[in-house]
Amino acid sequence: MKAAVIQFPGSNCDLDMLNALQLFGVEAQIVSHKATSLAGYDAIFLPGGFSFGDYLRCGAIARFSPIMTAVTTAAAAGKLIVGVCNGFQILTEAGLLPGQLMMNETPGFICAEVPITVINQQSQFTNQYQQATITLPVAHGEGRYYADEATIAQLEANHQVIFRYQTNVNGSAEQIAGIVNEKGNVLGMMPHPERAVEAIIGNIDGQDFFRSILN
Amino acid sequence: MTIIPEAMRNEPTPEEVRASQVYLQWSLSQDEYEMICQHLNRLPNYTETGLFAAMWSEHCSYKKSKPVLRKFWSQNERVVQGPGEGAGVLDIGDNQAVVFKAESHNHPSAVEPYQGAATGVGGIIRDIFSMGAQPIAILDSLRFGELHHNTTKHLLNGIVSGIADYGNSLGIPTVGGDVMFDATYQQNPIVNAMAVGLLNQADLHVGKAEGIGNRILYVGAKTGRDGIHGATFASSDFDSSTDQNRSAVQVGDPFLEKLLMDTTIKAIHIFGAAIVGVQDMGAAGLVSSSAEMAGKAGNGIHLNLNQVPQRETNLTPYELMLSESQERMLMVVQADHVAEVAQLFTDADLAAVDIGEVTADGRYRLDFDGVEVANIDVQYLITPPKQNQKQQVPARLTAEADPEFVPELTDVTATFKDLLAQSTIASKAEIFKHYDCSVRTDTVIKPGGDAALVRIKNTRKVLAMTTDVNGRYVYLNPQVGGQLAVAEAARNIVATGATPIGITDCLNFGDPDDPEIYYELAQSCAGINEMAQKLNTPIISGNVSLYNETDGQAIYPTPIIGMVGLLENIDHATTINFKNADDLIYLIGTVRPDFNGSELQKLVTGKISGQLKSLDLNIEKQHQQLVLKGIEDQLINSAHDVAEGGVAVTLAEMAFKTPFGCQVQADFAASWYFAESPSLFVVTVRPEHQADFELLARTQAHLLGKVTADTKLELTGSDQTIKVNQAVAQKLYEESIKCQLNQ
Amino acid sequence: MMYLGKVYVSYKPSVFDPQGDVIKTSLHQLNFQGVESVTQGKYFEIKLVATNLTEATANLVKMAEELLINPNTETYQYAIDEIEVL
Repeated sequence: MKAAVIQFPGSNCDLDMLNALQLFGVEAQIVSHKATSLAGYDAIFLPGGFSFGDYLRCGAIARFSPIMTAVTTAAAAGKLIVGVCNGFQILTEAGLLPGQLMMNETPGFICAEVPITVINQQSQFTNQYQQATITLPVAHGEGRYYADEATIAQLEANHQVIFRYQTNVNGSAEQIAGIVNEKGNVLGMMPHPERAVEAIIGNIDGQDFFRSILN
Repeated sequence: MTIIPEAMRNEPTPEEVRASQVYLQWSLSQDEYEMICQHLNRLPNYTETGLFAAMWSEHCSYKKSKPVLRKFWSQNERVVQGPGEGAGVLDIGDNQAVVFKAESHNHPSAVEPYQGAATGVGGIIRDIFSMGAQPIAILDSLRFGELHHNTTKHLLNGIVSGIADYGNSLGIPTVGGDVMFDATYQQNPIVNAMAVGLLNQADLHVGKAEGIGNRILYVGAKTGRDGIHGATFASSDFDSSTDQNRSAVQVGDPFLEKLLMDTTIKAIHIFGAAIVGVQDMGAAGLVSSSAEMAGKAGNGIHLNLNQVPQRETNLTPYELMLSESQERMLMVVQADHVAEVAQLFTDADLAAVDIGEVTADGRYRLDFDGVEVANIDVQYLITPPKQNQKQQVPARLTAEADPEFVPELTDVTATFKDLLAQSTIASKAEIFKHYDCSVRTDTVIKPGGDAALVRIKNTRKVLAMTTDVNGRYVYLNPQVGGQLAVAEAARNIVATGATPIGITDCLNFGDPDDPEIYYELAQSCAGINEMAQKLNTPIISGNVSLYNETDGQAIYPTPIIGMVGLLENIDHATTINFKNADDLIYLIGTVRPDFNGSELQKLVTGKISGQLKSLDLNIEKQHQQLVLKGIEDQLINSAHDVAEGGVAVTLAEMAFKTPFGCQVQADFAASWYFAESPSLFVVTVRPEHQADFELLARTQAHLLGKVTADTKLELTGSDQTIKVNQAVAQKLYEESIKCQLNQ
Repeated sequence: MMYLGKVYVSYKPSVFDPQGDVIKTSLHQLNFQGVESVTQGKYFEIKLVATNLTEATANLVKMAEELLINPNTETYQYAIDEIEVL
């Protein structure tokens, strides 16, 4: 598998994602937000961070980066697209995923390891998970998933909700932590699987995420 | 008659400067002003007077603290770069080095907590990457007044958000630090930020303007009127009746800093020695960075101020030189590479402009609108007159000694519960949860342990780091307090299995012109120095923050120690938590009735008083070596140092977040479990290693008891037993700060 | 012609505004007991060149809808005036 990790100005989990992918043998490369083509990549990762300082709204400026046209094309072509944290925020701002990520219910950045339920163990991103409950790191100030009731109902009905927080971490609607698009090839999630792939740093529950993608 | 540039028409003439004595407001004394006039053989103009005021301020020149700082021991086999640069550098093998420094932002944070703390983080990070290093971790040492005050909550919330928003945006994890509360800090909170970086030694850069004809490249953000005279502002004490200093606080832009950091490191990798020198524009901005770089190289510098990128209109030379706009750096670049280097920065949407050159004349010369607005000898500008500060033993230390504080506790369990909820002892998770501690995926031990551990990818090495000082001890005995600060920081490092290798400091004190305060400064630094030499931890960088007083009332002397350690084998990383039921619990060292300055004394009497016993530096070192050896031989499987709240709190913290409890017994009174004796560790050992460990430890360790499978904490003394369920204790410990903040 | 557009962005009524909530609590602590609710919004001043007011207004509206707001949760009001070029 060949993967691109998009680097926006202000991305800061780009190298972490690159490292995680390389640990699983993926041929991964950093691609600038100014690039216009993603030809040849099987999977595209939008990493966490504070693209363009998260000024205006998180993800709102990055959405207009040149690379986003190629991301949209790749999504339409059925390539795997993963947005983690700020990447999730960019995907919703770009309209590739429904809803929006808003300021946490209790204002302030939260960094924690939180219990999460893998709701859908059939997805292209979760099919290697054997257990439903996992623990993943979260690190965000604006991770409260919001969408109108009709959209939420549709997400639930289509099994597009992939991850759910077990506790009310940030006030997300239906405690949603990660969703896919209707086609199932575009995933956005607030937790950081790339920070949970090595025992020495205390968490390996992200390993099955990468194994699923490679499967 | 010279032509006066338009922007400067309203400035006082040199004669008016003299008549109005405006320099006094900038903390330049009358004597100093007259010396300058005599040296120049003319009156300095407005701009020049401003340059002197900034460069001769304590913040830039350390003129008052220098006699003390000069005595710091800063050389050993690891030291690559000692004090005097952006940060100190220590060799850690494999051609790698660790780069670190701490810096205070107390005064800005007191008036504008959010921006004050945020820009403090920004500044210390620039000090690290200006050396060519990749910043890898941030620690913060914070001191506040009592938490039940609304002003404390306001300060804490602002300062913590400022640190969090800036560090989190940069993607540099905040991995540790310490937070204490005491009424002494009510008006003068302490905000000290420490940053640690990793350097390939080939990339080392320092702030020197070498090479006549080399160009001065300004990179980063544009200049505005932010923080004009912030450096002198930090060098004068507060008068709580005025609030007019507010405009001196700078505003940070972490997004811009992230670009500046990445691009500077990239530039150093690409251009290597063609980039001759790099320095952050910190306190007193452009003047301080350019004059220091020229001074260190023994050269002159010539700047054209019209070239300085500007965010506002009609900035005067005075404002351009003194502005403390954030996220700016100065580079000295070989003339034939300056365009390429500048291009790298402009590609990242950062300003990058050639503003002048290195000269052979040793002069500091500034041009503006074609007029020379300053012409001063560089060495004279950076060398303020020597100061001889008077010292006097504080009255409290010579007065008849207070009677020894002997606690009389009728219900030790109740006291224990109260102690766990004391703000200084209670869990700081409510604060630390706002900091991203896991970005960069290298954090092996996160906040909440003794020291943080950050691994170095592609090696077996791990760096340990911590900050510490208990100002109460330093107040009761400056010299012993200084020794204890280093000892405690080192014990934090040692408990993780790492060997302490070096120190940075932030010396937070009151007005140095008060001989009693200067005594505190000198004596505590002497104590720091003694312990540092004993432990082979050179003091390689640091910072001084004086005038921490309001309406004549100084804070406790608070010399914060930032320490870094090295663990060569990642497999030996050790945490504080109990590992298995039936593991044996040992106390390393001897508990004495050390209650003066303790959290227990504060809890029971509402204040601190009394004498500190002298510290045996040899014993301190032996205990540390024992723990290191025990960990290396894999005999010790958890270790925690004893600090505020004594052995009782240490044991509780080891049990928290585990399914275990403990049962221990000692032949001293139960109240001694709260004694804050020095040089103590609690460690656990598997029963099968008992003989080996006891052979190693000999008389230094005492078997206290064992880890139990139930969750009861049972600490028996010669008179009473402390008995509490771990869950109850943990709840008190974990919820105290949160409850107080939300009240 | 030079115009000054002022755009006020606020959350739609049903959307929870945690900052507003915190500010309200804080105001109560400062003894402003009469405070019923607080909503925090965003305010933009945009100087723009256009041939006439109609064109300037159309541009401003487009800017607001394409970038300044997220229509999922936010709404906006605006005002626009011709200004003198200094």
